[in-house]
Amino acid sequence: MSHPRGPKITRRRALAALPALALPRAIGPAAAAGGPERGGTLTLALVAEPTTLVSATNVFTPSLSVSAKVTEGLLEYDDDLNPLPMLATAWSIAPDGLSYTFKLRPGVKWHDGTDFSSADVAYSIMLLSRIHPRGRSTFANVTEVATPDALTAVFHLAKPAPFLIKALVATETPILPRHIYDGTDPFANPNGLAPIGTGPFIFKEWVRGSHIVYERNPAHWAAPRPWLDRLVVTFIPDGAVRSAAFETGRVDLGYRTPVALNDVARLSTVPTLRIVTKGNSYSFNVTRLEFNLDNAFFKNPKVRQAVAHAIDRAAIVRIVYFGLATPCATPIAPGLKQFSDPAPTPYPYDLATAERLLDEAGYPRGADRIRFRVPLDYNPIGDDNRPLAEYLRATLGRIGIGVDVRAQDIGSFIKRVYTDRDFAFTTNGASNLFDPTVGVQRLYWSKNFVKGVPFSNATHYSNSQVDALLEGAAVENDPVQRVAMFKEFQGIVGIDVPDINLCSPTYVTIANQRVHGHSLSADGVESSLMDAYVTA
Amino acid sequence: MSALARMARTLRRSLLHAVPMALGVVILDFLLLRLMPGDAADVIAGQSGSATAATMAMLRAEYGLDQPILVQLINYLDHLAHFSLGFSAHYNMGVLPLIMSRLPATLSLMLAALGMALVIGIGFGMIMASFEGRWPDRLLSLLVLLFYATPGFWVGLMAVVLFSVKLGWLPSNGDMTIGAGLTGMGLLVDRARYLVLPSLALSSFFIAIYARLTRASMLEMQRQDFIRTAASKGLHPLVIQLRHVLRNALIPVTTVAGLHFANLLGGAVVVETVYGWPGLGRLALDAVLGRDYNVLLGILLMSSFVVIIANALVDVLQGWLDPRIRRR
Repeated sequence: MSHPRGPKITRRRALAALPALALPRAIGPAAAAGGPERGGTLTLALVAEPTTLVSATNVFTPSLSVSAKVTEGLLEYDDDLNPLPMLATAWSIAPDGLSYTFKLRPGVKWHDGTDFSSADVAYSIMLLSRIHPRGRSTFANVTEVATPDALTAVFHLAKPAPFLIKALVATETPILPRHIYDGTDPFANPNGLAPIGTGPFIFKEWVRGSHIVYERNPAHWAAPRPWLDRLVVTFIPDGAVRSAAFETGRVDLGYRTPVALNDVARLSTVPTLRIVTKGNSYSFNVTRLEFNLDNAFFKNPKVRQAVAHAIDRAAIVRIVYFGLATPCATPIAPGLKQFSDPAPTPYPYDLATAERLLDEAGYPRGADRIRFRVPLDYNPIGDDNRPLAEYLRATLGRIGIGVDVRAQDIGSFIKRVYTDRDFAFTTNGASNLFDPTVGVQRLYWSKNFVKGVPFSNATHYSNSQVDALLEGAAVENDPVQRVAMFKEFQGIVGIDVPDINLCSPTYVTIANQRVHGHSLSADGVESSLMDAYVTA
Repeated sequence: MSALARMARTLRRSLLHAVPMALGVVILDFLLLRLMPGDAADVIAGQSGSATAATMAMLRAEYGLDQPILVQLINYLDHLAHFSLGFSAHYNMGVLPLIMSRLPATLSLMLAALGMALVIGIGFGMIMASFEGRWPDRLLSLLVLLFYATPGFWVGLMAVVLFSVKLGWLPSNGDMTIGAGLTGMGLLVDRARYLVLPSLALSSFFIAIYARLTRASMLEMQRQDFIRTAASKGLHPLVIQLRHVLRNALIPVTTVAGLHFANLLGGAVVVETVYGWPGLGRLALDAVLGRDYNVLLGILLMSSFVVIIANALVDVLQGWLDPRIRRR
């Protein structure tokens, strides 16, 4: 008889040791003894097939994974989101925060031979402000992009946008070839399927359902980089098969935890594989339990506080995430170090208090020991939300709240939560992105309660003080003041609990030991990979 | 009537049936699909993790989702009348080239699986019938029962663990070695190696069915008078088995196999996902999840044509197996 319990415990133990294990290994891929070598092929494994190869109209993760290989951005960022040069070699921000000047890299050419110039930058910014899923908010304050000469672009803003300087990475703000997009429908433009860019890799072919091949751009401005002759991106939808592909060496690289969470510990013991957590700091996620504040039960703050008291974040990290997460009680992930408020939640794990609050709220235990029943919907993207919902059902059951977990696909989930608002509470992940104004404000700002818009203010939370803080922080030029505003905001929503923030997942990158020079920047594997190389 | 003319007549009749059927399939599917909650814009925004009211409105206008359903249906039928399957919201390209790029992979997988199921199934059935009640029959019955009771995807995953991970004999994902630049025989061998595990996974259930069906029909045939006549004529037992027993026993097997062609397409969804096979099954699944109505309608339409053609071919085959069927 096989008993799942034994191995599971050892697996968790192995996982507890993982962060310590990952650190010394992290040095490995960054620098091999012999230095970079030209040549070779690197195979990158994705969970799903991209829908477009340029992350302009759609920022589905598989599209983000490939976009920057061809289409570059103005800047790149180090692990702490400090800007580094890419297509822009120098930049300056006016003291009033109302104009940004970028000096562009000379001698850059599009893959079709056309010269890259400031006109492309101006065109891209204005196009993205219209068609990018976040462009309308990110570039809302940009009134025009002036091009005094071919190598200078100046953004003019109506109001300061303190987050803007962090938004210019290739995947978030791809610089597109104007001569290919001008006068066309950007959604239907064939460039999305066979991109022309300035990047280190030239698009070769996309075999639908199977793989994409990129070849080295010998004329790239960063010569002798890229080191790789060829980059193959393959789509492996099944988790078990992905694990096998890493083990057999069929794929070299995968990121954002490319295998099942309970498989990471096992793969970390495979001698040919290296597991690192670096290179994921451009987008921290927070896993949340969102209440529908229009729900008869959850509009009562005492019921929400009781639910908060019934949740043990450490248990979630251990049981649901196999140790690959950091407990987080605020909407701003610990990864965004300067903004995140480390203060503990006012509602610690305490079942007795939870029961008392529910009694006070007027929901005594009934004959069947149940106080009331509610459905729980979980976001089906990612494999963490279902076990999380199961955990919540168990723990809330202990304080007498009967939970029925409802499963549905992404289309149904989005419609139910954001359009029909036919839900009681839901487990959901939200990306902080590169700045709380872009990633967090949308979830709590009362003016962003817009039916039919995914990842808006789903709780229907409305607090004028929070609104004022968020609106103020969005245009605050003084970084210290801005951080203070976000800290105050976190204190208020921590008390109001319109949602309960649970933890911030730790994403791991799995690489074959022959792969080096990846995960060097904030966007890690999503970056251009021009520094990546393979050894025999 | 010559065989060729007969075949042409069968196909022509099938095509005539196909047109109203396809129209029914399209209209019914179109309306059924709208019952699914959410649309392509919801999914695109959901996958992107960000949206604004303006981008949602723009997406819906871009893909015509802001029109009333009846207008959308008329637009779709108008496209069909011009031999266009429309535009995919999810992939930002025409549906016809999208389907055509995936159809060969699925057809080769289905034909390989069907071929494998028929050859192994009929082979097993013959052995079982010939050794009725003795140990080869018992042993194969057990194996067949195992195939019958085990889900194909599980057989597939276990085969990956054994043949790919442990033994390293066969590849576990994809349909060819990427960038190997093979030609001729090398390419054929390479493709065949990738085809083995998925077709095994897809065919395991059908092997069981055909084996049991062949066994039962052959046992029934063996008791017929004409078999006794053939034996008393002094024909070799092997000739009797092959030319008289098996040939007649194949009628039920081919009938069922024709019907199974549609089932294979359904099974392909699972097997293609497990093996990362770039076929229509996975595309269909992605289209459902992505609410990509045009792609799904295109696939359903294409599948109904494939099934119609398969049934026509079965008609022709049965006419050859049993000439009495021709006289209708």
